[in-house]
Amino acid sequence: MPVYTLNVNGKSLKVDVAADTPLLWVLRDNLRLVGTKFGCGIGSCGACTIHLNGNATRACLLPVSSVGTSKVTTIEGLTEKGDHPLQQAWDEVDVPQCGYCQAGQIMTAAAFLKKTPNPTLEQVETAMNGNLCRCAAYHRIREAVLVASKKTK
Amino acid sequence: MEHTIHNERRDFLKKVSLSGGGLLLGFTLFEDLMAGPVQGQLVEGLKHDFNSYLSIAPDGTVTIASPNPELGQNIKTSFAMIVAEELDADWNKVVVVQAPLDTNRFERQLTGGSGAVPHSWKRLRNAGATARLMLVTAAASRWRVSPAECTASEGMVMHEASGKKASYGELVMDAAKLPVPPEVKLKDHKSFKLIGKPIRNVENKNIVTGKGLFGLDFYREGMMYAVIQRPPAFGTQIKSVNDKAAKAMPGVTNVVTFKNNVAVVGTSTWAVLKARKALDISYEPIPGKMPESSTDHDALFTSMMNRTDAKVNRKEGDVEAAFSKAAKVIKREFECPFIPHNPIEPMNFFADVRPDGVELVGPTQTPGSARKAVSDLLKIPESKITVDITRLGGGFGRRLKFDYVVEAAEVSSIIKKPVKLIWTREDDMGGGSYRPAVRYRFEAAIDAQGNLTGYKLRGVGINVGNSTRENNFPSGSIDNLLIDSVDHSSPITTGAWRAPVTNFLACAEQSFLDEVAEAMGKDPVQLRLELLQKARTAPAGPVRYDIDRMENVIKTVAEKSQWGKKPGVAQGFSVYFSHASYVGQVCDVVMEAGKPVVKKITAVSDCGIVINSSGAQQQVMGGILDGFGHAMYGKLSFTNGEPEQKNFNVYRHVRMKGIPEVDTSFVDNGKDPTGLGEPALPPTGGAVANAIYKATGKRIYKQPFIEQDPLKETE
Repeated sequence: MPVYTLNVNGKSLKVDVAADTPLLWVLRDNLRLVGTKFGCGIGSCGACTIHLNGNATRACLLPVSSVGTSKVTTIEGLTEKGDHPLQQAWDEVDVPQCGYCQAGQIMTAAAFLKKTPNPTLEQVETAMNGNLCRCAAYHRIREAVLVASKKTK
Repeated sequence: MEHTIHNERRDFLKKVSLSGGGLLLGFTLFEDLMAGPVQGQLVEGLKHDFNSYLSIAPDGTVTIASPNPELGQNIKTSFAMIVAEELDADWNKVVVVQAPLDTNRFERQLTGGSGAVPHSWKRLRNAGATARLMLVTAAASRWRVSPAECTASEGMVMHEASGKKASYGELVMDAAKLPVPPEVKLKDHKSFKLIGKPIRNVENKNIVTGKGLFGLDFYREGMMYAVIQRPPAFGTQIKSVNDKAAKAMPGVTNVVTFKNNVAVVGTSTWAVLKARKALDISYEPIPGKMPESSTDHDALFTSMMNRTDAKVNRKEGDVEAAFSKAAKVIKREFECPFIPHNPIEPMNFFADVRPDGVELVGPTQTPGSARKAVSDLLKIPESKITVDITRLGGGFGRRLKFDYVVEAAEVSSIIKKPVKLIWTREDDMGGGSYRPAVRYRFEAAIDAQGNLTGYKLRGVGINVGNSTRENNFPSGSIDNLLIDSVDHSSPITTGAWRAPVTNFLACAEQSFLDEVAEAMGKDPVQLRLELLQKARTAPAGPVRYDIDRMENVIKTVAEKSQWGKKPGVAQGFSVYFSHASYVGQVCDVVMEAGKPVVKKITAVSDCGIVINSSGAQQQVMGGILDGFGHAMYGKLSFTNGEPEQKNFNVYRHVRMKGIPEVDTSFVDNGKDPTGLGEPALPPTGGAVANAIYKATGKRIYKQPFIEQDPLKETE
């Protein structure tokens, strides 16, 4: 199997996996970064959202062979101390119920806020609509994104 | 009112250990030991059984073991809050740990039926209060004062007169030497400091940083990964298997066929997922079982409605006479399809079957039943099987079944290696255990004076058992009543789905009552109040709900929602009692571009004392959106036994865009708490349907609403 050198959370890491392996499974099975979740495998739920060069990307649909030298950021690498304004807001607003989808929600929101630092409620809803929360904690997810946007000002 | 708990009478608390430099208390699991044959049998085991552990270390850390699986109902936080309240602990020093399955120490170690808090409420309080009293006694003895002169707060004992104070950590070694006090006083609920506050989920930090809390995150050096190919259609079985191609795939170590499963085992998830696609399996119908299609169910339900051998669940008065004398009869049918649970974390489990015993790790709502099933399968005594409970990425009832646990154990026993079994979303959505498809027929008889004199409900369903809840409102308020049901046995497997039966029964019933009110020329709120008054003054048979509490949520939600006082807003009303809690809801709909749009749902919940106001609000908001989403969109259909929807691209769940505002409030009545994971869901569908009717003049009789006029999207 080919060996790939990946740039994950600022580290250069080598993995020996089949070329078509989705980055999701490389992260989870090979690199033991399990914060990126498996939910549907078809890019429909957003639980596996990571950043590829800062853009929110579904890791379940991204073959490892196409990652190249792109910078991969997972929830574990979003901040060193877990104190991203979104991570703080998620706690302050007390968003999680089961919590399984929340890393993906935060990664989607982080990429969104970078591009849209002062979002309207409607913009938040549009940006976050691809991330399923089966507990339906949507009111608080929405609120936390808005709270975080005010922190970053 | 203060409660006094007598410890000696039931050996309620046991000081388990003095070792390790701290106080460790175990508290028992049984309900009040009142005289009765059932409780009497349990006395034998009482001395050895504990419900949970509370320990206090010399550094002041309070550790509470939470026995019940956490799936988002926030039990890990609520349980600890209850103990900490009576302990007067410093919440910042409380650590909560998930206990493994231990039937010697715990009882009812499961998550389901919104039952954990009501079950454990007094036990948890008693544990905290007992530890507190021991700490106060230790301080008083040290200071040579009376314990009555001492107070405790936020992890400190104080003696006001002398100004002395000591932390729990400083006192714990002395306290551990004391006997367990024979009785303790519990706080008056009005003096609660922690209970009722919005306390954040104890796991937030770990969740937002992506820590591996869930079953799917579990890893053990040397473990194998497995997926299973199950029959794609219910009612079929394996005819032949050709696994040559799959076996030859890289990373595949085993392909094993057992029962109707073909398991592919290998060194990575991706390797086994790919290899599974290379399996060549043919299936055939199981003799005597007919793979069913949704189109068959329509005709089936119609014939079941005409059956004369229905199971009578409740009968009051003379129903036929009431209907024959009626001036007006309303008869309506309501129907819901199958729906999957779809917890966002698919089914998975780790199993290591070794000669010396079995280790199981993963997400389950019923660790005890799972272990028993594995024990039965492998003929290994339960004492040699351990179950560690991970956090559950949602459950909604799906993980009350333990089929995936047994599968993992079976694969491990065959390949003789530790294995993590993973289901994909397609496996999950196609794997059964669904909310059953059900049809209801309601009939109401209204006499010439405009009184509701007769009521009939027939529930027909597929693998649902009794599809009615015959003792729920309006039973008890109508003199002549007949509630019966017919069940059909199908190869399509079903199971408990959040608020079993009532998740749709309430929608149908509350929609029907809206129509009955209209036919009687009454306001829907007024009709409910009049029926409750009738149940109070001249009950028809047993009344199994609290009339005052139901009446109160009805009146309160009407007031909070400005019922009937919002110009331009169409409102729909609904109220339901389930899982021992009462929830009233009003839905606001407005017309936008010719379509009804759900804008707001106002909910008033009576679940007794609210433990955590943040968590409680989440349960109600989430429950309402869950009820809303599934009423609007949820549908799993079948062709020849095979589900037609297997992933989120074709199965629609509620998402963020367009969610209604949800206004939650709670009744403050000081009553012992009841559950909240389920009760907010059942009323929602009815409130929404009734509001849509108000806005459009069109009644909706079938879920999903999105497929019905007036919501149906024209191509």
